[in-house]
Amino acid sequence: MSMTLVQVVIGGLLLGAVYALFSSGLTLIWGMMNVVNFAHGDFVMLGMYTAVVIWTSLGGGPWASVPAAAIVIATLGVISYFFLVRHIMKGPMLAQILGTFGLALFLRYGALWAFGANFKSLPDNLVGHSFVLGGIRFEGSRVLAAVVGLGVTFALHLILTRTQIGSRMLAVSENATAAQLMGIRPQRMQALAWAMAGAATGIAGALIALFLPISPTAGETLAIVAFVTVSLGGFGSVTGALVAGLLIGVVESLTAYLVGPIYKEVIVYTLFVLVLWFRPQGLMGKA
Amino acid sequence: MSARRIVPLALLVLALIYPVLTMESAVYQRMGALVLLAAIGASAWNIVGGYAGQVSVGHAVFFGIGAYSSVVAFVHLGLPPIAGAPLGMAISVGLAALIGVPTLRLSGHYFSMATIAVGELVRVLASTSDFLGGAQGLGGPPMPRTVLDLSFLSAMPYYYIFLVVLAGILGLTWWIERGRMGFYLRAIKDSERAARSLGVSAGRYKLYAYMLSGAFTSVAGSLYLCMFGFIDPESGFGILISVKMVVMAALGGAGQLFGPLVGALILVPLEELSNSYLGGQGAGITYVVYGAIIVIIARFLPSGLLSLFERKPVVAQPEAAKPANPASGHAD
Repeated sequence: MSMTLVQVVIGGLLLGAVYALFSSGLTLIWGMMNVVNFAHGDFVMLGMYTAVVIWTSLGGGPWASVPAAAIVIATLGVISYFFLVRHIMKGPMLAQILGTFGLALFLRYGALWAFGANFKSLPDNLVGHSFVLGGIRFEGSRVLAAVVGLGVTFALHLILTRTQIGSRMLAVSENATAAQLMGIRPQRMQALAWAMAGAATGIAGALIALFLPISPTAGETLAIVAFVTVSLGGFGSVTGALVAGLLIGVVESLTAYLVGPIYKEVIVYTLFVLVLWFRPQGLMGKA
Repeated sequence: MSARRIVPLALLVLALIYPVLTMESAVYQRMGALVLLAAIGASAWNIVGGYAGQVSVGHAVFFGIGAYSSVVAFVHLGLPPIAGAPLGMAISVGLAALIGVPTLRLSGHYFSMATIAVGELVRVLASTSDFLGGAQGLGGPPMPRTVLDLSFLSAMPYYYIFLVVLAGILGLTWWIERGRMGFYLRAIKDSERAARSLGVSAGRYKLYAYMLSGAFTSVAGSLYLCMFGFIDPESGFGILISVKMVVMAALGGAGQLFGPLVGALILVPLEELSNSYLGGQGAGITYVVYGAIIVIIARFLPSGLLSLFERKPVVAQPEAAKPANPASGHAD
């Protein structure tokens, strides 16, 4: 019994590491530009389909699909920035929300049109089979996803806090005009943020595709997971997203095991409403 | 001057005799009724989303509550469906307060995200509830028992019912727009901080707008149930229901009295046409087009189509000269 519980918690942590990765993409954009990308879940979904295309057309596994998804979604992010976000940022609130929301619908139903409504999944043997360690069964694909997820999240954190590029991006987020006077080009930094967020999101999508069913509407739920993670972890904080992502992964797994699989979404949505209600700045955010 | 009076009058007369003109075609009569129903929902959304500038993307919650209240009144109490409408309005007002009190304090993005999350939460809960018929949903009266069941074969009675309700909502919105609350809401939308500093209790008026908007959206849901006689979680609480209200209002002009109606007049026939020509596969393409329309509005025309016909107010002159001002001219 208790062994099963440990199994469930570990499964949650493995899932949470991937949640942390794609939520850090959302939190980066939000913290840097005060723009919420409502199409974020659909970026993840397109990362999943990139993995499908790589697998079906090239027969490539995660070593091919993960970098490909990173490139595809980073490109999509930069395109979205230059053609849409750059312009609506200055507009009224309605335009900001509608802009990325319209993009979300466009991508979601475009994928439905292109790939069909049926669920797809990648074959199990892409990564290798499960193994048992200390009485706990691990699935290869989930372990791989978690390890890569943690690694990329950590790398993102290091880039933002330890490099000159990171300092420049922080400068733009604090005061774009002042940063410009210091010789930093705000638009270039913002486009870079979209590229980095897109790459992280694409990688997360390609990893999730290894073990979750792939469908055009997959992004809808994942977007809300990302919103919960980001608001729980505090906006703009990658470490916050990491802690919150792991927490939500565990909460989801425990709910699915103890109450029932249908309720894992209910608990995540409820958690989100409660966070917005009681602690909108997030668990680790500043007031 | 005379044209400004004649055109609206002609449009009103046209709206009144439209079902008679289309007596021959059930399809066009039905489309007329659907346009009005969509306009009711979008006009209700407009009160909080357009006038108060708080972009709810979860108004399907109220629509679904209205529809489910009506069907529950029939299935569990044996009442005519429309008798559930007041219940739906009451629940909607209560829920709007529950969502609005914590989230309307926050900046606009939070409110939008919270409305999405609540919408999805309610949808999942409804599909697990046996009382509400689970994922299969519930049906209204299969055969009309009395005229109160509002179950008609022709779309014409619905057309006139919807027209009356829409006129009521637009009348009330017009009254609000011209009154104290309208000025407060516009002030809040332009700059909440400035409005607060002038003594407007912004939180309270945003909440009033949200509750009022929720109540009317619930009426749209009840009317939907009367016409279609069936509701399930997806057609009641689905996110696309919310999206349609937002898109129609934004296309015509959010925060404009007739904006949502103009949006509905364009989008409902578009959707009906694409559904009838493209069949089942058309649904996906319809929403791709919806998405593209939304992106284009947001990018190029954030004030909606009606803003194209607006005569520039005299006050706008110094605004137009603003880019010459070095302080604000080099924003990017």
